[in-house]
Amino acid sequence: MPANPQLNANGELQHLLSIEGLPREILTQILDTAESFAGVTEREVKKVPLMRGKSVFNLFFEASTRTRTTFEIAAKRLSADVINLNVSVSSQTKGESLLDTVANLSAMQADVFVVRHASSGAPYLIARHVKPHEHVINAGDGRHAHPTQGLLDLYTIRHYKKDFSRLTVAIVGDVLHSRVARSLIHGLTTLGVPEVRVIGPQTLMPAGVEALGVRVFHDMRAGLKDCDVVVMLRLQNERMNGPLLPSAQEFFKNYGLTADKLALAKPDAIVMHPGPMNRGVEIDSPVADGPHSVILPQVTFGIAVRMAVMSIVAGN
Amino acid sequence: MTSKLPDAEALLPALAAELKARITPATAMIGLHTGGAWVAERLHPLLGLKDPLGLMDIAFYRDDYAKEGLKHDPKRTRIPFEVEGRDLLLVDDVLYTGRTVRAAMNELFDYGRPRSIALVVLADRGGRQLPIEAQFCGAKVEVQAGKRLRLKRAASGKLALELEDAG
Repeated sequence: MPANPQLNANGELQHLLSIEGLPREILTQILDTAESFAGVTEREVKKVPLMRGKSVFNLFFEASTRTRTTFEIAAKRLSADVINLNVSVSSQTKGESLLDTVANLSAMQADVFVVRHASSGAPYLIARHVKPHEHVINAGDGRHAHPTQGLLDLYTIRHYKKDFSRLTVAIVGDVLHSRVARSLIHGLTTLGVPEVRVIGPQTLMPAGVEALGVRVFHDMRAGLKDCDVVVMLRLQNERMNGPLLPSAQEFFKNYGLTADKLALAKPDAIVMHPGPMNRGVEIDSPVADGPHSVILPQVTFGIAVRMAVMSIVAGN
Repeated sequence: MTSKLPDAEALLPALAAELKARITPATAMIGLHTGGAWVAERLHPLLGLKDPLGLMDIAFYRDDYAKEGLKHDPKRTRIPFEVEGRDLLLVDDVLYTGRTVRAAMNELFDYGRPRSIALVVLADRGGRQLPIEAQFCGAKVEVQAGKRLRLKRAASGKLALELEDAG
């Protein structure tokens, strides 16, 4: 078996590329460390000196507001210097290759690269070519993975439910195109969640998804029954009028989360969404803003989780 | 050798009595994870302070992050009172290089500006690398080279000082 490209020779986290293949101990270490950083983010002075003198390059080859911003806040709260590069509108359009871009930034003394790219595997390619003291964090690659989103989802679930070992978690919507779903499924199964369900139309379900250890439901009402956690996925607008879906209205009728569907889950169920939300498409406004929703706390927890990931990889 | 170490349990009441004489209305206590927190948890109820005990983990303020990285599993710092204007008793188990105390003071000032900070330790083993001294010290302990003085807590809650090989 090839060595895990995320771990160094001591089995410590060198890069964060995917939740898949990470041992339970490392996931728990990240969540525990994030819990300590959550304390920092509640203080008057929301900054610690840990990464003073280190440079974090936010390398976004694909548009993102929330993820880029929370990475930037996380790095600043660790006292690192942050450089944001919106690469889609710079060198790449002039024809520079991905590795040349990274080599140039490396020459500017980078310590951490936070990478988002439309192509699956791009952060792996970068991780294979960086210097030993440089670290890569995947901020979303194609349909493959979005590990910090998965980790913040895990953090949110642990925060509200304390223990993974008795939970039923449902992930609902466009599982096929969702890197968030993939990362979260790997995290949930690694941490011992006994039942992970995926709910969605056949056309938006990856072939062989059962192999990941999930139960597949095409009937949302059946799938939501007695769930502790409901994770809604964004239905990407660009897919709405394609061949996979009849219409947004039709999708909402079958797979949109409404109060009456949510009533089938446990009374204390939490509702999560990675954002950005399409109200009235995958989630109804009264649910998004209702008492079960933890969608905004997810964003806050995301900062502490990204602080934990950055400070762990940059220290290894 | 271990027979020469002071009895941690016997040091606690004497230390508490010494602290009690110096308490002001602004006094509050903070213990440093992990050993200092154990000592503070024992001293705090003996002093009748009005605020709950604060607990601090200095992992994010250490000076060896560049070399050592982040230590596993830092605990969450919880200071359940305003630090501004207080007379703080900062409690640790063993005072050695002084680097932990330096980090702790840096972290404290990110919570506010205390009126004063006094350092309380169960044992001082010498070997300082920074100009830091304890104002309240249970015992001075000599430790030979290659050994480390550590506080252990039994399942019963009983505290004991032990020597182990420095790793």
